[in-house]
Order: sequence, then structure tokens, then C-alpha cells
Amino acid sequence: MLKENEINVGDTHSAVLVEDLKRTQIVQYAGASGDYNPLHTDEIFTTQIAGYPSVFAHGMLSMGLTGTMLTDYVGDGALKKYGVRFTNQVWPGDTLTGKATIIEIRQEDDGKVVDLLIETTNQDDVSVITGNATAKIES
Amino acid sequence: MAIDKFLVEASHIMMFARSVGDANPIYHDEEYAKGTDSGGIIAPPTFAQSSAQFDPDYFLRPKIGGEGWFGSGKEATGSKPSKDSSGGGGGAAMGLHAEQHFEYHIPLKAGDVLTATTKPGNSWEKESKRAGKLKFSESVTEYRNQNGELVITATGVGVQTERAVDS
Repeated sequence: MLKENEINVGDTHSAVLVEDLKRTQIVQYAGASGDYNPLHTDEIFTTQIAGYPSVFAHGMLSMGLTGTMLTDYVGDGALKKYGVRFTNQVWPGDTLTGKATIIEIRQEDDGKVVDLLIETTNQDDVSVITGNATAKIES
Repeated sequence: MAIDKFLVEASHIMMFARSVGDANPIYHDEEYAKGTDSGGIIAPPTFAQSSAQFDPDYFLRPKIGGEGWFGSGKEATGSKPSKDSSGGGGGAAMGLHAEQHFEYHIPLKAGDVLTATTKPGNSWEKESKRAGKLKFSESVTEYRNQNGELVITATGVGVQTERAVDS
């Protein structure tokens, strides 16, 4: 867990979430999450029927990858809130970098928390996820 | 959508954590997890999404037996999906996934048995250059554990697009 006396508003933490995203990892996420939408794993259906240039990642895979960066930063079991908007699609071959920025340190009824701004970008610096999180910290 | 029994199992958590690139031992190593504050294996923050596995009618899973599946087989598409949808996400038949929000009330642990109930939230429309008219709809799912305690509130926003999104 983050410690209040070791953090400041404006601090950032970033991590490469995935390099050259493989179709197999998207399949792996489909299997674990139970979302077997062919748009994510079936190139033939997705290009010929749905009209997309290729399969693309589940939004929730991008959120999950970003969540790994987030919990690595704030600690296990510290999150109170985590929410995102899916701003662009994530394609096989993408390299994603996630970043969390401290925007506020404040008191809640049951203790101190930190509010974080979340953004995940691809190799072209295009945002694929924007969001917010709130995590418990040690005071 | 309602889920009567969402068994939160350590092996499922391990597979889910792998799929989101998370090597944290708290998601797969029971001995390690016992020594942490949580006292055991916990679930990663987006794990509740895998409740789809426990929804017997989940429309984005091929069903055993007669029903068709809209993904490719011999042809580029099989039969139509059983519910009207151009895509998935958000745990409901509502197109592409636009937003997802989780609120964590108490830690989700291996061994928990959850129930989930989903209610519709707000809906709204917007014009977009990349995909035509967008219809947004919100759904709110409450996950409760075996003691009736609220564990996670999940709010999904889905969007139905007029056409495939231009990249």
C-alpha cells in the first residue's frame, strides 16, 4: 500500500502493459473471462462479416492489463474504485503503456485515500483507455 | 441478467491473472497469499467480469447442443446470435463496450460464492463521425457474497453503433 508521507500530488507510475499484443493472448482472455465474441478471436468473421480490419482486443482485456499496472502501484486489496472509458480499439501487434497520476490525497470516512488519473496509450501515443481510480493508503 | 452461483475459485483466478499479464503471486500462490494482509488468494480488480462463465444464458458463449453460433465455421458466419446484438461487452447484449466502472466494497477472495443481479441504468444517444449514431446504455450489477455482503458494484456502459467503427 502507498504511504501518505512518501507520495505527492502529481506523482506518476507507468509500465509497459504488453508488447506486440498477440492474438493468442486475446484468446487467453476470452477463455478466462468467458467472453467468446468472435470479434475478438475469429479473423474470418470479423473481417468478412463485421467489416473490421482484423480481430481486436476485448475492452476488458485492456482494462485488465491496465489494472495490473494499477495494483502493482497501489498494492493488493487497496482499490476502492476503478473505472475507465474505452477510447480506441486495441489491435493485435499493439504495444500498450499504462500510466497512473496522483491527482488528490484526501480523507474518507474509513481512512486516507488517493485519487488517480489513469491513461493507457498505444505505440502511436493514441489513448486507448482513460479513467480514474481511488485507493486506500497508509497514513 | 442474474447469476445464482458465481464460484470464485483459485484456478480460475490464476488463469484470469495470466490473461491480463499479472504475475503477482497473490493471485496464484496460496502459501505466499497466506502471509499477506488478505490471508489468502484474492481476485484481480476486473475479475468480476468473468461472472459471464456462470451465466447459463450468456449469449457470447457457444452453447452445447442445438443452438447455432455466429462465428465462422465452414462459412464466414454461422447462424445469427440468439439475442439481437452486433457485439458484446458489459455482460449484456448491448454492442461494443464503452465504459466500465467497479466499486470495491470488501475484498473478493478465492472460496467466495457470489450472486449477481443486474439492473438497467441510464441510456442516451450521440452522433459520431467514426461510427454514425451511437446508442449508449448502462447496466449496474451488484455482486454479493455467501454472507449477503455487497462485494463489488459494477457499472457497464455499452454502445450500439450504426456501422463498424473506423480506425
